[in-house]
Amino acid sequence: MNFDFSEEQKLLQNTAKDFLAEHSSLAHVREIFEADEGYSKPLWKSVAELGWLGVAIPEEYGGAGYGYLELAMIAGEIGQALAPIPFGSTVYLAAEAIAREGSDDQKNRYLTGIAAGDLIGSLATTEKIGSLTEKSVSTTFADGKLSGTKLPVADGDVADFAIVLAREGDGLSLAIVDLTGAGVERTRLDSLDPTRPQARLVFQDAPATRLGAAGQGWTITQNVLTRAAALMAFEQLGSADRAFQITFDFMMNRFAFGRPIASFQALKHRMADHYANRELARSNCYWAAWALENEAEELPVAAASAKISASDAFDQMAIDMIQMHGGVGYTWEYDCHLFYRRARVLSHTLGTTDEWREKLVTHLIEEAA
Amino acid sequence: MDFNDSPEEAAYRAKVRAWLDAHATLRDPNKPAATMTQEAEGDLIEKAKAWQALKAREGWACLRWPKEYGGQDASPIEAVIFNQEEARYDLPPSIYGIGHGMLGPTIMAHGTDEQKKRFLPAMVEGSEVWCQLFSEPDAGSDLAGLKTSATKDGDEWIINGQKIWTTGAHFSKWGMLVARSDPNAAKHAGLTYFIVDMESPGIEIRQIKQMNGQAGFNEVFFTDVRVPDSNRLGAEGDGWRVAITTLMNERSSIGGSMSGGAGISSLIKLAQQTEIGGRPAIEDGGVRRRIADFAVRRSGLKFTGQRGLSALSQGQTPGPEASIGKLVAAIMGLEMGAFGMELQGAAGILSGDDSQADPVWQTTFMGMPGLRLAGGTDEILRNIIAERVLGMPGEPRIDKGKPFKDIPSGTTR
Repeated sequence: MNFDFSEEQKLLQNTAKDFLAEHSSLAHVREIFEADEGYSKPLWKSVAELGWLGVAIPEEYGGAGYGYLELAMIAGEIGQALAPIPFGSTVYLAAEAIAREGSDDQKNRYLTGIAAGDLIGSLATTEKIGSLTEKSVSTTFADGKLSGTKLPVADGDVADFAIVLAREGDGLSLAIVDLTGAGVERTRLDSLDPTRPQARLVFQDAPATRLGAAGQGWTITQNVLTRAAALMAFEQLGSADRAFQITFDFMMNRFAFGRPIASFQALKHRMADHYANRELARSNCYWAAWALENEAEELPVAAASAKISASDAFDQMAIDMIQMHGGVGYTWEYDCHLFYRRARVLSHTLGTTDEWREKLVTHLIEEAA
Repeated sequence: MDFNDSPEEAAYRAKVRAWLDAHATLRDPNKPAATMTQEAEGDLIEKAKAWQALKAREGWACLRWPKEYGGQDASPIEAVIFNQEEARYDLPPSIYGIGHGMLGPTIMAHGTDEQKKRFLPAMVEGSEVWCQLFSEPDAGSDLAGLKTSATKDGDEWIINGQKIWTTGAHFSKWGMLVARSDPNAAKHAGLTYFIVDMESPGIEIRQIKQMNGQAGFNEVFFTDVRVPDSNRLGAEGDGWRVAITTLMNERSSIGGSMSGGAGISSLIKLAQQTEIGGRPAIEDGGVRRRIADFAVRRSGLKFTGQRGLSALSQGQTPGPEASIGKLVAAIMGLEMGAFGMELQGAAGILSGDDSQADPVWQTTFMGMPGLRLAGGTDEILRNIIAERVLGMPGEPRIDKGKPFKDIPSGTTR
């Protein structure tokens, strides 16, 4: 057996790591954060040129035609770097939804555009506070036109198109809408992490085309969220690894009471627990990647497990990162808050951790029956 | 990325299964494997010895050991495959874990040729059971603080003192003992390692009644026990280095279940049978979230094990992530036991035959405090992860660089 990534996949990971170390330093993340630009245009361009946006897109649409294991490796490095680009919205969500459900025309247009770096995508599901449910959707799709309000939409203000969950007749459907076209009004919303910007999208008879079968919107959305969760978990794990490393380096070089603070059991026992949490999350992530690559029946359980454990591992590490840095950890100048913000934002992206717990236990009860 | 056996591994597994099928019967997978109980101990030991002797005769014992000592020179993954398959059969509990896993490798590393020839083949055949005499009442996590004395007398050593937490001392033929041969030397320098005949005059063995009423361990008292110098393992004063070899071989959880108590599906069934606030507990949000969190930790442990097995299968050493197994499993086991009781309401505190559901939750709750201490406490494991895996500095030590006799130890009041 070999429940591990291949040498080629690890090589790709190292290439990604080296590239992002140079082109997506934390100083660059902060630049995007403070300029309120939403994302790094030069980084997005480079990432497209490197072929990362099309790693899992078939070659006939300009992608590299690799699989999800390669994409998972890149996702981890995007997380390590806190890369300020709409990668998840475009690649894990929009490209996945279209690759699985799109018509030939839709695939030709959107997958080719994404792979080339010409199109940024987003998924618009929620409309108000509280959990996303079938009943919570009131946006409508009728006669090829969308009307309603979506909030918050990750990367919605920088995306070229959105895939929108909307009411069509008695059921829910998905529709693709051009965000630069008529009938669309979009506003950047104030949010915790401006490098993963959030938007309000207001549609008034905005022209749109349906993605997938009518009435299948909810099922497709759940499938897409599950697949994206497996990949987003790698991103969160990568960020948790980086937060851990920065904290570790600080503790080894910070002296108090005449010795490095890393020598105090009160701190190192917590670091041991963070290490254990991350390794449990990593193992769940591997399982989810395997399930995604092999279209395994257990994918919903594996992806939920990965998302929950990676969310918790990153959340807990980011909280302790500030605490273990002491006073400087609470300053604007230190990078701790960038991780703290990203951790919380990713714990809400694709559904909150408690929502994933609910999904997981629902599947487990079915399995046990 | 896959979970599949390589063609060689699959062929080996088939061979193992064919042999096991011919000599044992499959166990009901829903029932737990046999464990040692005081009532059936005599019978189970006899059966365990017979099974080990059969394996040794037919070439399936101590697979990873060299052939010259009765092993098979098998690869690590072959040994794992045999253990995985053997666990599916209805067999007596093993009484050789400490001998085969820890003490045999220590003799191989530090023993003389005579010692290897005398002890290792009998260990493989299972005719002689071994126990480990390390911990003392005043030396647990701080093992090098042990005080049992070894005084040289011609060609012999005289042992006096007390050991504790010794599994199987009362049915063992041999024990591996670390004792203080020089109290004037520094703490770690004054120790020597011995092989002790457990039938020697002056050894008294008393079972320890645990907090859960069971008795899996012993206290062993030594009064002027004589050990020939030929049974010293390693040099005089080199006992700490030899003991480290033993501890490094402490059976890794690779391939094991690392499960820590009952399963997620049992927890779900229990929550379906019980109620909270007039509706099934399984419909309660708090209950559902806790089950999800247990499941996530459980699968994390399972697939951490699979990562370790993959390393073995690829001819590599498992990574440091294998060190988290017991730490995570013991705490989770305790929490799951308590949660299983919680779901039963007031009746949750009823145990044994009076338990109103499967008594596994109470049994787990009462057993897990022991697992959190055995083979390295949670706190020692966190130190090991922080210091050896992550490379963080140790605490400042005030017990180094002075004679052992000048260092305070034990409990004072």
